[in-house]
Amino acid sequence: MEKLIFEYSRPGRRAHTLPEAPQVNFGVPERRSLRLPEVSEIDVVRHYTRLSRQNYGVDSGFYPLGSCTMKYNPKINEQIAAFEEFAIQNPNTDDWRMVGLLRILYETEKMLCKIFGYAAFTLQPAAGAHGEFTGLLIIRAYHLDRGDTRRVKILVPDAAHGTNPASCTMAGFKQVTIKSMPDGGVDIEDLKKNLDDTVAGFMLTNPNTLGLFEKNIAEISELVHAAGGLLYYDGANANATMGIAKPASMGFDVCHLNLHKTFSTPHGGGGPGSGPVGVTEKLKPYLPVPIVEYDVYVNHYFLEDCLPKSIGKVHSFYGNVGVIIKAWAYMKMQGAAGLKKVSEMAVLNANYIKARLQGVYDIPYDRVCKHEFVISVKEFKKQYGVTAADIAKRLMDYGYHPPTVYFPLIVSECLMIEPTETESKQELDAFCEVMLKIAEEIKTDPELVRSAPHSAIVGRLDEVKAVKEPDLNYFLC
Amino acid sequence: MAYFPHTETEVRQMLETIGVQSLEELFADVPEKYRKEKIEDFPALNEMELMAEVNEQRFQQNHFKYDHCFTGAGRYDHFIPAVVPQLAGRSEFYTAYTPYQPEISQGTLTAIYEFQSMICELTGMDVANASLYDGATALAEAVSMAVTATGRKEYVIANPLHPNYAQVLKTYLTPRNITAGEKIGQSTAAVIFVLPDYHGLISDWSQVLAEAKAAGALLIVCADPLLLSVIEPPQADIIVGEAQPLGLPMSYGGPALGFLAARQNYLRQMPGRIIGRTTDDRGNRPFVLTMQTREQHIRREKATSNICSNEALCALTATIYMSYMGASGLQTVARLCKANTDYAMQKLGSIPGFSVEPGEHFRDFVLHCPTDAREFRINYLHEDGIEAISLSDKDLLLSVTEKTLRESTENSSIDWIYGCLEREWKN
Repeated sequence: MEKLIFEYSRPGRRAHTLPEAPQVNFGVPERRSLRLPEVSEIDVVRHYTRLSRQNYGVDSGFYPLGSCTMKYNPKINEQIAAFEEFAIQNPNTDDWRMVGLLRILYETEKMLCKIFGYAAFTLQPAAGAHGEFTGLLIIRAYHLDRGDTRRVKILVPDAAHGTNPASCTMAGFKQVTIKSMPDGGVDIEDLKKNLDDTVAGFMLTNPNTLGLFEKNIAEISELVHAAGGLLYYDGANANATMGIAKPASMGFDVCHLNLHKTFSTPHGGGGPGSGPVGVTEKLKPYLPVPIVEYDVYVNHYFLEDCLPKSIGKVHSFYGNVGVIIKAWAYMKMQGAAGLKKVSEMAVLNANYIKARLQGVYDIPYDRVCKHEFVISVKEFKKQYGVTAADIAKRLMDYGYHPPTVYFPLIVSECLMIEPTETESKQELDAFCEVMLKIAEEIKTDPELVRSAPHSAIVGRLDEVKAVKEPDLNYFLC
Repeated sequence: MAYFPHTETEVRQMLETIGVQSLEELFADVPEKYRKEKIEDFPALNEMELMAEVNEQRFQQNHFKYDHCFTGAGRYDHFIPAVVPQLAGRSEFYTAYTPYQPEISQGTLTAIYEFQSMICELTGMDVANASLYDGATALAEAVSMAVTATGRKEYVIANPLHPNYAQVLKTYLTPRNITAGEKIGQSTAAVIFVLPDYHGLISDWSQVLAEAKAAGALLIVCADPLLLSVIEPPQADIIVGEAQPLGLPMSYGGPALGFLAARQNYLRQMPGRIIGRTTDDRGNRPFVLTMQTREQHIRREKATSNICSNEALCALTATIYMSYMGASGLQTVARLCKANTDYAMQKLGSIPGFSVEPGEHFRDFVLHCPTDAREFRINYLHEDGIEAISLSDKDLLLSVTEKTLRESTENSSIDWIYGCLEREWKN
């Protein structure tokens, strides 16, 4: 294991080459000490290079992490976003100096509108959950603007991402859980039971978190709208439907996307992401300010701040522009037809792995999946005491990033596999061989799997201790 | 169309293994009426065409570029050492997911633990989280924490806050009936003190701290991390802020880097990811995501926040910056910023007709103009290649950093604006 940067520190050592600073007065008491590392440039370089080697990225290998769409992050995107004409720009600069950048933002919005069928998108939310929150505030503003103050509830399926119910609470709604059917779809009867004039909207991920398309979407849309509610599209799984079906046509009034999933921008070890929100015409007045506009007569791009019914601002400026530029480059290179092919190949890859694992692993929802699917290893657990987490850890020994485990919560001992479109048949075959081999190991040598990983730089971690004896700050421990 | 490794033969083989005839069959569960709809086309560019297009947009940007930038107000153009983007740009860092699998994520986990520790050291707080979207949303989350901790529903802004921050607070908190109050009192959950304030003014917080304490409210300080490197950190309950100045480019406002640090007793109300150190079965002391029962993927509607993706790569970047700079580097940057602010204020304030807002300022300062500031800015400053913000019809908000050139350097920006103001106003 690599030690902490603080442990390299030697009094008087330094890396920077800044000029001497003059004596100045801050008008308030100055601090006596600041315990930051005192290290040389090569200390910093070697430390963070070593740390990087203890990480696993998409560039390191196959990353079949369900619901996360860990596709290849094109290098050209990184190069473009880093150009100083885009990266070294103060957000308070006048619009007329930002012609190139505003045009990129405007084009991004328009391309998203074409693919998903919306009248407008805001690019301001900085992540998927931030998009959910923004979308829910738009729903809230819409109902209140009509003078309808009774709508205090948002319905959320039990299979939804945890961010959905959490976003409801933050947006001032009460969330109500809707059950799933044995086939993974929304329980229409339960939905009907809960629909009334206190429902502001229904949040749905389609395909759902089991990777299955919601076949009853037309009926669901009718029911929700008949009750006066709005339909919200969680775009976490949009990689399955681009160019195939538009969420707006399916009846979704509001939609958020994850540019760091579907549009190839890197996840950065947890962020930054970007979560644009699309709306139909009637919800446009409530978008957060500012929005990017284009005046065709004077060929002028500008930020419009004057939206009297706007929900306000959700970010200090215009969102994660540096991320949006990467998604723009990606869409430019794919074109509309390319984005359709993205979804086709993503779905092909998922169904291929599913077909190859069928019979050896239990696939609880046995129908054509979309971009991901779920396997359950509850039988392995019962017979051999091997859990989904054990299989995940064993995959690391074979050089893979494990799939998502224990999500969705409605399937016990589950692994959720999402290969994405950027993986070749050879890569998928190699992964399937390993999965089949692990299934053999479970039967012949379950302890080998239970005690995995064997090749990682650390063993199984004591997560209980981490909670009971929190060590969160080097200077306090 | 790019990034597809499939050959036609392979697609056929794969369809066969799956047991379907065509790709369309894989979408048979999508109702036909949706599938039949036309998608409005836009063309695909190859990499060479894309670069030509990008260079056109770069040209557009350069065409209207200013020579001397005095714009700050929330994002600052600090010097970024070459080491910082080079290391943060290693793809093992930037192409990784959230470190849910600690065995193959020790790189990110270790760096974020270092980030939390450095933020705690800068703020004088006990615990910090792994980042939030930006300073404005960090402040909103802090008020949320104060509301939970006190059971009260009002916040008071004690000194001038960036108007965008105030708007974000309003958007975030109004739906939960948390509102801005005028006076600190028994219904105040949190008092917000900004350091420096929107105008760059550094003021003493002790009075506000005493008032907040007396009312049983929490003191939230929204502070600049560079300023914190030189001054005694306030005795606050929660300290938040925007860490973009720590090695991140302005990027037209984002990605940014919100930080949030608090006293130990508010740990359970904290939003976002937290990384802790533990042990493994081999005697190592590795790092792991911890205290997760606060978070949305476990606690769902009862979570402390909905945040999931944060600004991890920006936190890593700031950590590398702070490691490289050390205390002496951060403090040198802060002092150079202050010296340039002092110099600019003294110089511009000395021009007859002009004056500056009094007090110690850090980076941003207000210049009172003898004429309509908005018109002056557009008609004269822009002509002279100077970019600045007009606050009102009287005031300009100017900003400098350690990069701003001053006297006895060629192309000195401060001397340039001095010369322009003096000349334009005389005419």
